Amino acid sequence: MEIKDSYELPLPKERVWAALNDEEFLKKSIPWCEKLERRSETELAAEVKLKIGPMSTRFTGNIILSDIDPPNGYTITGSGKGGIAGAASGSAKVKLVEAKDTSSTTLSYEVSAQVKGKIAQLGSRLIQSTAKKLSKNFFGSFVQQLEDMDKS
Amino acid sequence: MNEVTKIDGIGSSVRRTEDKKFLTGKGRYTDDINRPGQVQAYFLRSDVAHAEIKSIDTKAAQSAPGVVGVFTGSDIAADKVGGPICGWVVPCRDGSSTKEPPHPLLAQGKVRFVGDAVAVVVAETMEQAKSAAELIDVDYNELTPVVDFVNAEKGTQIHEEVPNNCYFDWELGDESATNKAIESAAKVVKLSVRNNRLVPNAMEPRSALAEYDSLDESYTLYTTSQNPHLTRLVLAAFMFAIPESKLRVIAPDVGGGFGSKIYVYIEEAVCVWASKKIGRPVKWTADRTQAFLTDCHGRDHVNDVQLALDEKNKIIGLRVDTVCNLGAYLSAFSVVVPTILHGTLLSGQYDIPAIYTNVKGMATNTVNVDAYRGAGRPEATYLLERTMETAAKEVGMDPAEFRRINFIPKDAFPYQTQVALQYDIGDYEPHLDKAMEMIDYSNFEKRRAEAAKRGMYRGIGMSSYIEACGLAPSAVVGALGGRVGQWESASVRVNPTGTISVFTGSHSHGQGHATTFAQIVADKLGIPMENVEVIHGDTDKTPFGMGSYGSRSLASGGSAISKAVDKIINKSKKIAAHLLEASEDDIDFKDGKFVVGGTDKEKAFSEIALAAYVPHNYPLETLEPGLEENAFYDPTNFVFPSGTHIAEVEIDPATGVVEVVDWAACDDFGNLVNPMIVEGQVHGGIAQGIGQALLEDAHYDENGQLLTASYMDYCMPRADDLPSFKVGYTNTPCTHNDLGVKGCGEAGAIASPPALINAVIDALSPLGVTDMSMPATSQKVWKAIQESQSVAAE
Repeated sequence: MEIKDSYELPLPKERVWAALNDEEFLKKSIPWCEKLERRSETELAAEVKLKIGPMSTRFTGNIILSDIDPPNGYTITGSGKGGIAGAASGSAKVKLVEAKDTSSTTLSYEVSAQVKGKIAQLGSRLIQSTAKKLSKNFFGSFVQQLEDMDKS
Repeated sequence: MNEVTKIDGIGSSVRRTEDKKFLTGKGRYTDDINRPGQVQAYFLRSDVAHAEIKSIDTKAAQSAPGVVGVFTGSDIAADKVGGPICGWVVPCRDGSSTKEPPHPLLAQGKVRFVGDAVAVVVAETMEQAKSAAELIDVDYNELTPVVDFVNAEKGTQIHEEVPNNCYFDWELGDESATNKAIESAAKVVKLSVRNNRLVPNAMEPRSALAEYDSLDESYTLYTTSQNPHLTRLVLAAFMFAIPESKLRVIAPDVGGGFGSKIYVYIEEAVCVWASKKIGRPVKWTADRTQAFLTDCHGRDHVNDVQLALDEKNKIIGLRVDTVCNLGAYLSAFSVVVPTILHGTLLSGQYDIPAIYTNVKGMATNTVNVDAYRGAGRPEATYLLERTMETAAKEVGMDPAEFRRINFIPKDAFPYQTQVALQYDIGDYEPHLDKAMEMIDYSNFEKRRAEAAKRGMYRGIGMSSYIEACGLAPSAVVGALGGRVGQWESASVRVNPTGTISVFTGSHSHGQGHATTFAQIVADKLGIPMENVEVIHGDTDKTPFGMGSYGSRSLASGGSAISKAVDKIINKSKKIAAHLLEASEDDIDFKDGKFVVGGTDKEKAFSEIALAAYVPHNYPLETLEPGLEENAFYDPTNFVFPSGTHIAEVEIDPATGVVEVVDWAACDDFGNLVNPMIVEGQVHGGIAQGIGQALLEDAHYDENGQLLTASYMDYCMPRADDLPSFKVGYTNTPCTHNDLGVKGCGEAGAIASPPALINAVIDALSPLGVTDMSMPATSQKVWKAIQESQSVAAE
């Protein structure tokens, strides 16, 4: 399954890049993330609770960062197990492109993912729409958080 | 003398006696049965399609709350328990036989489809078993899955024993004569069709409850089976190596099978095994997702067809090359379905002098594929009737006329086809004529024009099918690779007051045997139907029988009952002769009475029954007391129902939705015992065929994940997808069974998909559409309309 999308964030690239590498910040931007811990420079452990269609599931898994090219992007590779609901794995290429006036940055991502078990059987046709909804939520609160930080 | 009030015999549309309990929710299904001390089994299933199992860690699950046992393939292997077997194999073109890889009860070393059972957790409650299963850690080394069966030969090898993932490569017919006919033909019509993969979706999911009695070392298994005796045979002889007498199999009320409950599945065998291991009754019931993932699926063929015609449009040859998907393991009848039950039907209703077919059965990382309502015959009918329609249009003939000139003439019976079968009887023009009349075929173009004014595309399509059911005789079945007999048994017990208990080897899971079989007995003995009780589904009560599938119950099982009743009548005549002090030859049996010919001396059937059990005045020196007879009936041939179905559709170009607006079904099932039950079977069969043609499609993604594993994604037909069916009959009684009956259970599902797709294509023919694959979903039809319009615009 392939998912592609992009967002224009009203922030300079360096700012976006720093936030993308701050796990505490990320965690706050992801309301469904229950745990996000850095294990090393390139490795994180995560626990998220998701609702896909008729299923509500807690995923636990590892995230590995590679192709790190500050402040232009990286590749996130992850795999998680959702117990009886099945499992998911995939990778996302994230790219940051700054506007000429440096006032905004376009973040684009390309995800290729595989799902197994009940998520595939019951929820696969809902994953695209769920992913879109979640990323919209994420970027909404991501920007909001940065703006709040600026104010305080 | 008792007056016989109402017989409800053969030909009477009496209401089904079994429906009272079903319609009031009083049916007793396997999952309704509970035994003291019972525990629940839950199967941990593979969520990857193809992988080596590196390790399984069950430690945490073992000590989880409520768990009484966690077992894996190595426990099964240690106890040397065998797996399900293949009940029918065929020879390959290269002289080898069908490749039969083992199918362990729980995966050993490898998993081969999403849903393959890796471990079983047995716990006090189902919730505890499920929770504990989450704690099992399976480490897989994933392998590339094989999903596309047409190219499975090139895929990763799934079984060591199956090179190129090809279970068999079988052929039938005269290849050189057929190729010669194709080379010399005035016209060759070529068509490739795909028969879409279906999920059976019986209303009741599979279930099993096994109990072990340590005192007499015997097992009782309640299970959702279409054939409890075969289940007992396979479990006792091939899996557990125990005497059959130590295993009682009861298939109580069973809520639909459609073929999917013929086979012995691993879950029921594991329950039997675990019941002894744990020493408590073990129950398992599938939820709907497990049913989608693990019930054997149906169909899944691709067929390349070449039909050779002479200059007068007479068929001179037919070649069909088929590749079919049999899934991860060979299920019991998976081999016979696409071969013997498919290749031998390719002559259809037509006089075809040369036929050749080749079938390759492929292994893939999908669940097993086996019989589903019609089993092989819908696939044969679909490819043939789609080709007939296409050929008629290509040569510019009316499809009905093109069929008519190629029908086997009625004076040609018995007719020997070029694909092994000999049709005993049939007459095809009358059902074609009658179906055309029922749907007002001659005025169709007026209806098409009227629909066009409303902006709708209207189309008409037909299918003239033949079915071979009631597989027989056993000797032929054996010669064709079958490993079972195909007779049926009956035991008719007359009770002292003259009521009857009929024990049948057939199994009813929706067919209405309690009614139909009682009507046969009532008719033959001239007694009211309510005096006849039909017992089935329990190996401790009924004689060994073959169960119900392939529309065999009436032709084989009903005939066995008829033969047992004949024996009862013969013995009763002897008793009557004694009581009436007459010669046995002078006794006539009519309307339930034994009469001395030409006199008014008579005895009622109930008086004979009483005399047999209270033999105070009885010829004991020459006749045994009691009145109970068995019959085992092995038919001399298949029975061959046939018919013509015509569908009429309207398509809305704005949405692509196909509405089935009219349907005429005219079938020749021989004599009808209960026309209302027959009509119900026809309705149900057509509904399933409409489901296949318009809505249903089992879809695996390229990783072998079943994406259509719920009713959100797998679309079943509903009442508002169906029109009111017009049902009619012709009758050429079967020549070789006493009742003159054929079979009606599968006909609707066989006849309907090609009729419907032919109608859809006919509706779109003004746009230049000449082909449409199943299912013709609104999206697919809408796209075809858009594409034709963009072609027209260019």
